[in-house]
Amino acid sequence: MIPMPTSLDNIDYLVGNKAILENMSKLATRPIFDDEIMEMLNELSAKLMHSKLAKNYPDIISFAFWIRKASLNNLKKRWNNKDNFYRLGRGVCFHIAPSNVAMNFAYSLVAGLLSGNANVVRLSSKDFKQVDIVVDAINELLEDYEKIRHYIVLIRYERNKDINDYLSLMADTRIIWGGDDTINELRTSKIKPRSNEITFANRYSILAIDSDYYLEKSDKKSVAINFYNDTYLSDQNACTSPRIVIWLGSRIDEAKSIFWEENLKKIHEKYTIQAVSAINKLTTASIIATKDYNAKLVNTVLDNTSLYRVEVDRVDSKLMDYMESCGFFYEYNCSDILELRDIADNNSCQTLSVIGNKDMFRELITSGIKGIDRIVEIGHTMDFDLVWDGYDLITHLSRFVSI
Amino acid sequence: MTFEEILGIKPFELDSAKKTEVLTDRLLWLSKLHLNNCSEYREIINRLWHFKDFESADEFKSKGLTYKDLPFLPVRLFKELDLKSVKDDQIIKTMHSSGTTNQRVSKIYLDKETSANQQKAMVKIVSDFTGSSRMPMIIIDCPSVIKNRALFSARGAGILGFSIFASKKFFALDDEMKLDVDGLRNFLEVNKDKKIFIFGFTFMIWQHFYKELVELKKSGIEFDLSNAIMIHGGGWKKLTSEAVSRDEFHEKLNEVCNIKDIHDYYGMVEQTGCIYMECECGHLHASIFSDVIVRNPLDFSVNKIGERGIVQVLSTIPTSYPGHSLLTEDEGVILGEDDCPCGRKGKYFKIFGRLKNAEIRGCSDTYADKFR
Repeated sequence: MIPMPTSLDNIDYLVGNKAILENMSKLATRPIFDDEIMEMLNELSAKLMHSKLAKNYPDIISFAFWIRKASLNNLKKRWNNKDNFYRLGRGVCFHIAPSNVAMNFAYSLVAGLLSGNANVVRLSSKDFKQVDIVVDAINELLEDYEKIRHYIVLIRYERNKDINDYLSLMADTRIIWGGDDTINELRTSKIKPRSNEITFANRYSILAIDSDYYLEKSDKKSVAINFYNDTYLSDQNACTSPRIVIWLGSRIDEAKSIFWEENLKKIHEKYTIQAVSAINKLTTASIIATKDYNAKLVNTVLDNTSLYRVEVDRVDSKLMDYMESCGFFYEYNCSDILELRDIADNNSCQTLSVIGNKDMFRELITSGIKGIDRIVEIGHTMDFDLVWDGYDLITHLSRFVSI
Repeated sequence: MTFEEILGIKPFELDSAKKTEVLTDRLLWLSKLHLNNCSEYREIINRLWHFKDFESADEFKSKGLTYKDLPFLPVRLFKELDLKSVKDDQIIKTMHSSGTTNQRVSKIYLDKETSANQQKAMVKIVSDFTGSSRMPMIIIDCPSVIKNRALFSARGAGILGFSIFASKKFFALDDEMKLDVDGLRNFLEVNKDKKIFIFGFTFMIWQHFYKELVELKKSGIEFDLSNAIMIHGGGWKKLTSEAVSRDEFHEKLNEVCNIKDIHDYYGMVEQTGCIYMECECGHLHASIFSDVIVRNPLDFSVNKIGERGIVQVLSTIPTSYPGHSLLTEDEGVILGEDDCPCGRKGKYFKIFGRLKNAEIRGCSDTYADKFR
């Protein structure tokens, strides 16, 4: 047993308590997609779906939808297709949730539970109403689940190396939801030789639009809503938010003008840019103008600051040194999909979202690139899945027992 | 309009229409100069602002355009790029900003002309408040701030800049930031019939001068500075945390040493020389050498009098670097133009300090610090 540092008293428990935390390493592991766990999650789903408080938060509703029985059964099918193996949790999973995506802690917890582990989740100190609502629901529910109660501890603590050390040594798996600074910081705390780790580093994402496909689509408005949700909704600051728009096909100019016109309507209706962000965007645009990308700002500086479109004559991973948020897009007219090899051949490239046929990109993926972990339709960049950032979470958080 | 011609005008004499004429001529000329001599500036103007070149002043004005329509660079660009419009062998001095929020510091390249014009403008502006003769100067800082090149930053530059008004200088603090009481007494004794010039940074004056004077007064030691003029700058940020307002700053200093003539100023290393002095009414004033425009963050349009926004500063001075039109990261408001009760023409305004940091969402590392 690892000695308990006194600084552990500085932990704030949202779910669970010190005794539960201390006892965690002794708990039995569970099989993946354990029935009791699935039942509990389904009940949590129902609780959240019926909560008046949760109604105002689409991210809570999406989460609740994801953990309802039917959805969990679908997930289970994806992993329970191999015979002759037992699959069990690894033990204790220590999660470090990110600071700015409110519901991420909940998804991470569910991944840990479904893989059969006991879970300690560190939440950011940032106040989110969503966190309060979900935490309250979990606490209520756990009163009826005496056994599962011991598998869930949600905590907060101020930056503290001792606590990081303690929890890291306790963990059989450590899962760090970025970004790079946080990962580097946590890596100064050792994990056990047999423990494994999943890290979600800073990433960038891109959007590809087949102009012909887009122009044939009847519902341009819903495309604009999807685009907005993928970008402006998170200030274009999520790893999954596209930073570059790649144009393909034969009617690029026509498609561009309609696409951006529709987006602008949405942006004007819903988005208010902050002064500092407007200045940051002007600064980054000014810098890229002096670099070797033949950059050109569409419109002019004295237009609206909510949308910056910067056309470039090539895309490569170096371009992402000049990444900006809050509505700043590089645009590239692409005539051959393999022109994207350089930007995709970088393990920082995460999501390729698409308006068009996803199969167009098979040639790119099979060309031997190190980046692009997922290809999704526009509007779905933020959808959580148990395969994330190129990791199969269930597999990484559990172990096979071969007989 | 040449800089020499502008120097011939009194700094707060021209009304809006006449000043617009002067500034449009000069700033358009400067924009052309930098377009032709600074490749980075040219790329930015071509690619972002879509000016291939600037028109002649007559053409420009005939379209109803003024200096308000000229491009501006975001001030942080001087931290990210090396921007200069002269050959390297012309550069006599490189100024650096204090880089507190970012490890990167601004690099401002000065040639002989720009450096000299900075001084000339500064003299004209400040002497409108202090009179034109040199004064014995008390600097509320330690001598090492200008000796130590590593420390040399906005603070050192400010002290050196204002030193041109000194007939002789006295550093009132030692390197431990303790007030040199005996030295101060001597200096005041030797110069007792002269007008004294006191200079320092707002926070230093409060922390290491005012507070010390309060303590000394308790033990019966008092100084009479009723015949002194104080100029202070560097912003109020550190003092607002102690909840010291401008009025309180004036009152308390007056209480402890009888000083009445106190002026704040606003300025930045990227536009040295063009400082904005606070008048008797508590308003910052733009002189003939410069102007302030407040812009709307939504589209960078020009805000009306009374509307808060992003502060743009313009200077007629810089020829060695393209810093004549800059968008700052400060928030401010124009209070009025040509009609300040102090009688000075031109715009008068208020600065609220740095724009508040954007609370952006998303999962990038920007906020990692908060969460660890």
